[in-house]
Amino acid sequence: MSETTIDIDRSVGDFSYPEQHQFDAGYGLTRRTVEYISGVKGEPEWIRDFRLRALDVFEKKPMPTSWASHDLDAIQFEKIRYYLAHGQKATRSWEEVPEDVKRTFERLGIPEQERKFLAGVEAQFDSEAVYSNIKKAVGDQGVIFVGSTEGLIKHPEIFKKWFGKVIPTGDNKFSALNSAVFSGGSFIYVPPGVKVKHPLQAYFRINAENFGQFERTLIIADEGSEVMYMEGCTAPKFETATLHSAVVELVAMKGAKIQYVTVQNWSANVFNLVTKRAIAHEEAEVKWIDCNIGSRLTMKYPGVVLKGRKARGEVISIALAGDGQHQDTGAKMIHAADETTSNIVSKSISLGKGRSTYRGLVHVPKHLKGCKNNTECDALLINPTSRTDTYPAISVRGSGNAVQHEASVSQISAEQIFYMQQRGLTEGQAMSLSVNGFVNDLVRQFPMEYSVELKRLIDMEMEGSVG
Amino acid sequence: MSSLSIRNLHVRIGEKEILRGLNLEVPKGEVHAIMGPNGSGKSTLSKAIAGHPDYTMTCGEVLLDGESVLGLDPDVRARKGLFLAFQYPMEIPGVSNANFLRAAVQARLPEGEELEATEFYARMYEKMDLLEMPRAFTARSVNEGFSGGEKKRNEILQMAMLEPRYAVLDETDSGLDIDALKVVSNGVNTLRGPGMGILLITHYQRLLDYIVPDYVHVMVGGRIVQSGGKGLALELEEKGYDFIKEGLPEEQSVA
Repeated sequence: MSETTIDIDRSVGDFSYPEQHQFDAGYGLTRRTVEYISGVKGEPEWIRDFRLRALDVFEKKPMPTSWASHDLDAIQFEKIRYYLAHGQKATRSWEEVPEDVKRTFERLGIPEQERKFLAGVEAQFDSEAVYSNIKKAVGDQGVIFVGSTEGLIKHPEIFKKWFGKVIPTGDNKFSALNSAVFSGGSFIYVPPGVKVKHPLQAYFRINAENFGQFERTLIIADEGSEVMYMEGCTAPKFETATLHSAVVELVAMKGAKIQYVTVQNWSANVFNLVTKRAIAHEEAEVKWIDCNIGSRLTMKYPGVVLKGRKARGEVISIALAGDGQHQDTGAKMIHAADETTSNIVSKSISLGKGRSTYRGLVHVPKHLKGCKNNTECDALLINPTSRTDTYPAISVRGSGNAVQHEASVSQISAEQIFYMQQRGLTEGQAMSLSVNGFVNDLVRQFPMEYSVELKRLIDMEMEGSVG
Repeated sequence: MSSLSIRNLHVRIGEKEILRGLNLEVPKGEVHAIMGPNGSGKSTLSKAIAGHPDYTMTCGEVLLDGESVLGLDPDVRARKGLFLAFQYPMEIPGVSNANFLRAAVQARLPEGEELEATEFYARMYEKMDLLEMPRAFTARSVNEGFSGGEKKRNEILQMAMLEPRYAVLDETDSGLDIDALKVVSNGVNTLRGPGMGILLITHYQRLLDYIVPDYVHVMVGGRIVQSGGKGLALELEEKGYDFIKEGLPEEQSVA
């Protein structure tokens, strides 16, 4: 049957190998840290200056705790290492990847998935990609799929035009931080009219303790092209806090389609503070499919700036917040042209003492005509101690625009569980099936292979949540 | 011994005692009906047998083929072969009927054994045909947006798929029009046989025209106060429950 279950085994990523980094920027963040990173990467001066300016912005901006969780204050920037790498060049063959790193990715099933259904893979280990490869047929069509450093050095004419333009350095404190110390992530360019049939995938792995991962991704889909990008991530469970702060910029030119799929399964000590935004030109479509299961605190609100007429933006998100977790997620839709449409569907599950927050921003200015937004956010609370909050901000001006907003909070009733138990399911299985039912319509939008990879997590979480 | 045996059963909800020393024996292969006025404790009996957590057994026993189910979780009882067709079946949004049934059938397989999908679907379609259910039904969420008749058919479908040793049908006739009643009854009659004991709980005699019981019991005030053959149901229909109540000693009457 086509019905799929959301299911990730969180324990899958909970292992690590001893560190043997040749490149280490040390603890704390100063001008020297930034210069070190830029230096070992052999970057041109404009990037080095860009980074240093970003550092100033980062230092000046206050923490966003006026509206966001005070848990952010637990991040000790001086106790984090900002760059750890074996080297700066990713290999094109798994054979050349250092043995322990290769073992890590094999354990996570990446090379196998690549053989089965991917058009290209980038595997990042701490600060740098260790492996990056694109299937020859896809590369022959002119598709570029490389790491950010290689992108900016080898393809400056495309890179420079869009880098930092979708998300300016000063967008928020963490986009500034990323801009100062970014490393890794993907640079993708799809030429006009090229439709990449299979997904491109990046896998982000944190292996080191007291470390921050700051990948930077820029995807440009030229006119009429189509691409799907998927990212997954894991980290072992350390006692100390780990920081992951990415910036992802997407540009969909006229009539292009980008789908960006994330399955975030960081361990519960990771602060995951990510800025993701797209620009959709005329008749372009951008769809963020975002699943947040791991991390200690996630703050992420993928956005689409609907810049061209008839552009379409969509955010589909699932969040699961267990004990000690806060999934603060949402979406931003900025309508900036006539007849643009946006759709936001968000479902969250809070269990134990978990907390999920939805924050939305939908903006339609007065002078626009024929714009539509639909927002649905549903929250499911499993235990009496679970928590959910919703902060939708919708500003729609003018008369020719339509907006629809629905929100619900529900619980799985004891009678429902009893009914399922009477059919022979354990309480845990009953919970799990109900929760899977709650998110089922969204899970079906994930690529088949990903929903398979998603297997077991909700089951595991639910088994532990009852009693 | 091969029976669903209920002995001196006392059940409370909170502080209130609803069942007060109920005795009943449903041997495998037989169909027994329990009739009784509203508030006599009929639904409490079904929930208590199935192990609903809100119902506290303070005294007595429930035995499945001689084995006590006391203290067992509802799902353990279910896997031991006890089925309850609910008066008000619950909705499970987003979970398809096919998936729900698969999970329930799978739960009965030994650890490590996987359900054979082709066989499962063939069997499910066969049972659905019996209950005149269209194929599209498998993809719909469990009971969500179902009519009263569809919900009851679904209960019987689940019963047919799970092949219980003992089935309690709680007011399965309520909310059914005459056509639906015939379909549901036909389903139950097909499942009826030497391998299954059935306890029908109903307020009206009407159901018993279609599913003819071997025995009829009358429940009043949390006890079985009279038992007899099929004729007892007709007598009740004619004279109403008052004639039974009148014949009872004072302390046995409805609380």
